[in-house]
Amino acid sequence: MIGPHEYMVAIFKSVSHAMKAERILKERCVPFKLIPVPKHISSDCGVCIRFAADARPDVETALIGEVDIALIRPLV
Amino acid sequence: MTVYLDNAATSWPKPPGMMESMAEFNGRTGASPGRSGHRLSIEAGRTVEEARALTAELINARDSLRIAFTKNATEALNIVLLGLLKPGDHVITSDLEHNSVMRPLRLLESRGIEVSIAPCSAKGELDPEAVGPLIKKNTRLIVLAHASNVTGGILPVAEIGKLARERDVLFCVDAAQTAGAVPIDVEEMCIDFLAFSGHKSLYGPQGTGGLFVREGLEHELDFIMAGGTGSRSEEELHPDFMPDRFEAGTPNAIGIAGLGAGLRFLRDTGVSIIREKESRLIGALIEGLDEIEGVILYGPPAGAERVPVISCNVKGMGPSEVSQSLDEEFGVMTRPGLHCAPAAHRTIGTLPEGTLRLSPGYFNTMEDIWHALDALESIALTAWRRG
Repeated sequence: MIGPHEYMVAIFKSVSHAMKAERILKERCVPFKLIPVPKHISSDCGVCIRFAADARPDVETALIGEVDIALIRPLV
Repeated sequence: MTVYLDNAATSWPKPPGMMESMAEFNGRTGASPGRSGHRLSIEAGRTVEEARALTAELINARDSLRIAFTKNATEALNIVLLGLLKPGDHVITSDLEHNSVMRPLRLLESRGIEVSIAPCSAKGELDPEAVGPLIKKNTRLIVLAHASNVTGGILPVAEIGKLARERDVLFCVDAAQTAGAVPIDVEEMCIDFLAFSGHKSLYGPQGTGGLFVREGLEHELDFIMAGGTGSRSEEELHPDFMPDRFEAGTPNAIGIAGLGAGLRFLRDTGVSIIREKESRLIGALIEGLDEIEGVILYGPPAGAERVPVISCNVKGMGPSEVSQSLDEEFGVMTRPGLHCAPAAHRTIGTLPEGTLRLSPGYFNTMEDIWHALDALESIALTAWRRG
């Protein structure tokens, strides 16, 4: 079970998607950080959105219907 | 005094901030968007996404990711025409089209695609009723210029879009002359593919353009170029999703930075304000030209819906000679000839010499128009004296 203050990441199909997600989360004032996709998660050369586990509902509410999320999972 | 009246080829000058935005990108950001996770690459990615979002807002596309950037409208049109049409398909266009549509279609014709051309009037007007009867069982696409780059006339895209939707035919609009100059709503106009130029009425630099693709239709288009996208790098198959599917290779991020500045200028100024000023300029130009003895005007009548483009000729003098004289003697820059649209000249009866095209832009003044009119009056008088 993941604790509420541990990190999760949202992975996207492409950096264009991640950039759109960043713009929307900023507009909605959802706290997050853009980080390079960790190599243990994907071999993609892009970026992903890192957020605290308890912000997951806010992230999902903001992004659903706006940009496809390929995967949401714990950072570690 | 110099007067630039060739905005239909590319807008000039560009708005304040456009050059600065490119210089700032080059000097401070400079990295490749979407290729790395470091701060400069992310910043470059933001620059591209901002331009996508502004473009989407301008054409009422709900999702910025439906916009792929290309090097110009021609590339965007080629992506649709060469990617969509297969031997046995039928496509309908008009006889006002630019070679960016006509040449890919003629190429496709040689590969077994059937092409029908809806005839326009000698004034370059298209009756939407003329298109319906051309639709057949195998009609896959209607491709149409939103406005003619020769006559300036606006074509009835909303009516034809509705017709295409009703008859289950895809609809592609060439908005090279209209994006930014005339309101465009891809929903209301039932547009499936919209090709646009970034360096005309979107006020970006040359080397920018793009394509809107309606949701789901990207799978109908075979890509014409495959390569690196920064996404799904472990796969050797090219991505099937927007916008990566049509953005192989490092994008023109510095150009897109300039395009973003052009789009901000457009949003802050407003398409309706720009349209109002350009309509005043072209209205005064047409009215003035109409009063000059020996000037023949082409295209839709004064008062018709148009972009700020007018074609004319001076009796007794070829358009190249008139254009050269305007430039060298009066400092007025125009474009003579066929404007890459021989079909349109066949329609309005100006082959093989073509016309003199004058296309004012938002940064022209009424003084510019008066100067051009004085110059043309003087040239027309010379031509008349020469007999």
